[in-house]
Amino acid sequence: MSIGFGYVTPEQIIKDKADLARKGIARGRPLVVLEYAEGILFVADNPSTHLHKVGELYDRIAFAAVGRFSEFESLRVAGVRLADLRGYAYGREDVSSRSIANAYSQTLGQIFIQEPKPYEIELCVAELGTDGSPSALYHVIYDGTVTDRKGHMAIGGQSDELDAGLQRGYSDGMDLDAALALAVQVLRSADPGGNSSRLEIALLERGAARRAFRRLSEQDVTARTSQGEAKGEDSA
Amino acid sequence: MRDPFRGPPLFSPSFVDVVHAYAPDLLAPPPGAAGPMPQVPEGTTVAAARFADGVVMGGDRRATEGMAIVQNDIEKVFPADHFSAVAIAGAAGPATEMVRLFQTELEHYEKVEGLTLSLEGKANKLSQMVRGNLPMALQGLVVVPLFCGYDERRKTGRIFRYDVTGGRFEDTDFHALGSGGRDARGSLKKRYRHDMDGATAVAALVEALYDAAEEDAATGGPDLVRGTFPVVATVTADGYQRLPDDEVRGAAERVVAARARGEG
Repeated sequence: MSIGFGYVTPEQIIKDKADLARKGIARGRPLVVLEYAEGILFVADNPSTHLHKVGELYDRIAFAAVGRFSEFESLRVAGVRLADLRGYAYGREDVSSRSIANAYSQTLGQIFIQEPKPYEIELCVAELGTDGSPSALYHVIYDGTVTDRKGHMAIGGQSDELDAGLQRGYSDGMDLDAALALAVQVLRSADPGGNSSRLEIALLERGAARRAFRRLSEQDVTARTSQGEAKGEDSA
Repeated sequence: MRDPFRGPPLFSPSFVDVVHAYAPDLLAPPPGAAGPMPQVPEGTTVAAARFADGVVMGGDRRATEGMAIVQNDIEKVFPADHFSAVAIAGAAGPATEMVRLFQTELEHYEKVEGLTLSLEGKANKLSQMVRGNLPMALQGLVVVPLFCGYDERRKTGRIFRYDVTGGRFEDTDFHALGSGGRDARGSLKKRYRHDMDGATAVAALVEALYDAAEEDAATGGPDLVRGTFPVVATVTADGYQRLPDDEVRGAAERVVAARARGEG
């Protein structure tokens, strides 16, 4: 062999990095995003009451992520900065989820290639459609790959199983209660032992308000999820 | 504009810091050599008063350039966020830009930190922004805001006024700014009651602006013919609410009717 001892091929480096990122993300607690008739619903399995996985980026755009908090939190803040700078330099309507998702994709791609350790995160940028235009869901993963999703998506944990569960229960134009019941049921089924975990719930709601993002309070979450679970058991 | 995803990390919840770091060209340039300042539109009279449930704030609709009237439907009262309002007097261009920056600042802080600033914190932030405008003020582009809001911790409305150096002073009852500010204050002084209800406070404020328009050439009165009325907004525990024109028209018509009867 002409190649010296200790040489690792670029393919092997990339594969190792991807394995590391995937394992890290799969260990984390999952999150689901669902479009419902009046908006977009985010439900995250999150034991913390203060370290949020879902956040507001701009008027009708929200951010959701799983994986290492420190890594996605800095990206969330950068997204808020990008959106507010755009909105201030141009106009409020000129801030789009596509350009923010692109910025995340570029950043994660560069980190994946250049840094010794990739970010162990996956994120979603969601934008509520206005005036009949459809909503947008962008899924950005650890290596910067960005995909455009329709209706629903699950990230983190055993996201393939969760996605299949969502696929089975999802229908276009479902109402908030039905969407919430489905999200809770899918998250609970993926984690049968861990029923004690807290859920973080947020919405992008269609309505008169300019800022569509709303976080459900602790009481709202308890009330809504116990109701949702009771319904789920009835139908089972 | 630089990309906020690159470069050294910035640990600040402030949008003003973000603009300084990534897009300084969006901020006003430092003043050049002193020279004659071109004439620019100026906003005139704004006023605010506390009442039982919060605060009411209003402004006339006139903008002037020297002796000329340049606009008759300008707006000088804006929501700063859900629980506060800001009104401007002085050079209209830099003032509206300052309001836009202030609105973005409050929303940015809220999104980054996940918490809203205290009313005190918002008032102090505005003070820093007014101070930042001092070089421009020395050249003649004076911007002085009036800030008010509902303090959710103290459960009361509060009013803050500023001077060009960023000095911040709290008014416990009412205040008015701008070329007709002195006249509006005189009028409010006679009508003000600390426990008045919302409707009384709106009536007192509209009358104060009417008085200012009668005494000050640069302040516009209600235009019953074209249907242009002062912008009036309240901030209470329910948040910022701009009064519909019909309600302000009613208040203005009552003032006019009282004057026609020889009152005031």
